[in-house]
Amino acid sequence: MSTVTGQPNPKAETKLSPDAAKWLRMYRQMLAIRLFEEQVNELYTRALMPGLAHLYVGEEAVAVGVCEALQNDDYITSTHRGHGHCLAKGASPNRMFAELLGKEAGYCKGKGGSMHIADPATGNLGANAIVAGSVGIATGAAFSSKYRGTTQVAVCFFGEGALGQGVLYEEMNMAQLWKLPVIYVCENNSYTEYTHCSETTAGDMVARATAFGVHAETVDGQDVRAVHDVTAKLVERARRGDGPAFLLCNTYRLHGHHVGDISREYYRSKQEERLWATERDPIKLLSNWLVANKHADAATLDKVHAELKSEMQKAVEFAIAAPYPTADKASEDVYA
Amino acid sequence: MPDTNTREITFAEAVREALAEEMRRDSRVFILGEDVAEAGTPFKVLSGLVEEFGTKRLVDTPISEAGFTGLAVGAAMTGLRPVVDIMFGDFITLTMDQMANQAAKVHYMSGGKWRVPMVMRTTLGAARRSAAQHSQSLHAWFSHVPGLKVVLPSTPYDAKGLLKTAIRDENPVVFFEDKMMFKMKGPVPAEEYTIPLGVADVKREGDDITLVATSSMVQVALGAAALLEEIGVSAEVIDPRTTWPLDEKTLVDSAKKTSRAIVIDEGYGRYGVTAEIAAVIAEGAFHYLDAPVKRMGALHVPIPFSPPLEDVTVTTERSVFDVARALCNRS
Repeated sequence: MSTVTGQPNPKAETKLSPDAAKWLRMYRQMLAIRLFEEQVNELYTRALMPGLAHLYVGEEAVAVGVCEALQNDDYITSTHRGHGHCLAKGASPNRMFAELLGKEAGYCKGKGGSMHIADPATGNLGANAIVAGSVGIATGAAFSSKYRGTTQVAVCFFGEGALGQGVLYEEMNMAQLWKLPVIYVCENNSYTEYTHCSETTAGDMVARATAFGVHAETVDGQDVRAVHDVTAKLVERARRGDGPAFLLCNTYRLHGHHVGDISREYYRSKQEERLWATERDPIKLLSNWLVANKHADAATLDKVHAELKSEMQKAVEFAIAAPYPTADKASEDVYA
Repeated sequence: MPDTNTREITFAEAVREALAEEMRRDSRVFILGEDVAEAGTPFKVLSGLVEEFGTKRLVDTPISEAGFTGLAVGAAMTGLRPVVDIMFGDFITLTMDQMANQAAKVHYMSGGKWRVPMVMRTTLGAARRSAAQHSQSLHAWFSHVPGLKVVLPSTPYDAKGLLKTAIRDENPVVFFEDKMMFKMKGPVPAEEYTIPLGVADVKREGDDITLVATSSMVQVALGAAALLEEIGVSAEVIDPRTTWPLDEKTLVDSAKKTSRAIVIDEGYGRYGVTAEIAAVIAEGAFHYLDAPVKRMGALHVPIPFSPPLEDVTVTTERSVFDVARALCNRS
C-alpha cells in the first residue's frame, strides 16, 4: 500500500502504534480522494475537463479500506467511477489530473481519460467504462497469479449495477471452480445511474455469490476500519489458496451519477442525501472516531487537510500547464 | 518452403503441431475453452495435447464464451499467453464485448502500457449442414476493430506458420479455421518455420485476371483458375492470409498487372471483407483496371439447413469461372 500523497512526517509516525498509523494513513487517503474529487467537480463545472466525470464522493471508505489490505503488486480493476480506486492503489494526483484533462503527461498519455486510468506500476489493470467490463480481466489476473505460482490477489471493484450483467456470474463460477485468488468488491451505492437498485435487482445480492459457493461477506461501506478488517481476512484467504470471495459494501454516492446530474429528486429525496451526508459520511465517521479515541487531535487532522488541499491544488496546476499530445499520437499504441 | 523433411499432414495436424511446439517453447502458453482437454474438441484438433501438457495447460471451461474470453484477456495482461478456443465461429458473438471493448482497446486506452498477447482460435464456413447458428463466417466483424489482428489460413503450411506467429504476437489475434479444411492434407516442413502476419501469398501466378481469395475460397479460386486455363484465361490467385494487417501492395500490384480482379470470401459481401479488399484495389489500381472489381461472398441470407438450399449460399468454382469469363469478355 502506498500513500497517494506526500510522505507522512516520520517523527509523528514513530509516536503512533502501528494500528493508529494505519488508521491515520487511511484517513489521509480518504481525504485525498475527497479533495481530488472536489477539484474534479470544479474543473468540470468550469468546463476545463472534457468528457464525463463520475465522482466517488461518499464511497471513499471502500477503495481505501480494501486497498490498504493489498500489496503494491496485487491487482485491481476499476470502474467508470474509478478515481478513488486508482488513487487508493497508489496513483499520483498529478498524472491522474493530467489524464483527466487529456494531457500527454497523464497515465494513459491522454488516450484513456477519467474512465480508463491504468497503471502497471501499481497493479492497476485499468478502470473500465463497460459496467462489469473488467470482471473477466480481474478473474484472468487471478488465474495468471495461480498459474505462475505467485501469491498476488486480484480485486475487482464494481457497482451493484454490474449485478445485472451475466458475465459476472460466468466469472464467479470459474473463479470458484478453480479456486482463484480474486475478490469481487460490490459497491452498493443503491443507484444504478438514476434508478434505485430495488427496481433492477431481484432477490438477494449476496445470494448471487453464495449460489456458486463463493465465500461472501457484507460490510458497512462507510466504516473504513470494518472494510479494511474484512478485506484483510479475504486477502489472506485468497493468498492461502482458499479461493474467491464476494464483498458487499453498502455505501452511498453523495453526488449525482455524473457531475451534470443536478436535479435528482425524481429518483431520490434531498432528505435521504442529507442524512447520508451528515450521519454517514465515511471521512467524518473516521475523524470522529480518531479524535474520540485520542489517536489524533483536531489540529493534526486539520493539518492533514491543509497539506492535501495544497497538494491537490498543485496537481491541478501541473495538469493545466501540461501540454496536450500532438495530433500524430492518435495513431500510436493501437498495436504493441 | 524447404523441400527436405517435408511431410504431407492435415490442416488439423498442422494446427496441433503449431500449438504443441509453442507450448514446448514457452510455458506461458496455455489453451482455454470448451472440451479442449481430454475431448480434444469436437473436431479432434487438439487430440493428444492433454497427454503431453496436462490439464494445467489445457483448461476445460464451462460453456461461458464471454467469461473465459474475458479471463484470457486478464491472463494475457498479466504475463500469460492464452489461446482461447471458440468451438464455432458463430459463438464469437458471445465474446464481442471482451474482444472489441476489452482486448482490442486495453493497449491503446492505457497509453501503450498494458498488452494483450492472446490468440482466439475459431472456425468459419458453411457446407456441413449445420444450419444458421453453426455455419457463419464472421471474420469481417473482428477485421473492423482497430487493435485486433485477423488471420485466415488456407493450407496446412500456412496454418502452422501463421499460428506460431500469432501466438508470439504481442496483440490479440483472431485465427479463423475453415471447418471443412481440417482433413485437407498438404506439405508441411518438419523444420521450424513461421510466416509473418500481413504478407499475402501468390497461390498461382497469372496474367489476365486476379482472383483474391481467403480461407475456404482459396481452393475454390484455384479450381476456377484451372477451368479458366482451359478457355485460355490466365488467372492469378492471391491469398491475403490476414485481413488485418492487410498486404495492400501485393493485391494492388497484381490488379495493376492483370487489369481485372474478383474478390472471393465466404463471409457476407455486404459491408464485408470482399467490399474492403475491392475498395483497396479500386483505389490503388483504378487507372490500370479494364473492368469493375467484382465481389463474391455468401448469399445474404442466414445459412439454411436443407442441403440444396445451403449449397446455393456458397460461392463455387463454377460461379467464379462464370464471373471471370464475363469480366474477361470470353464466351
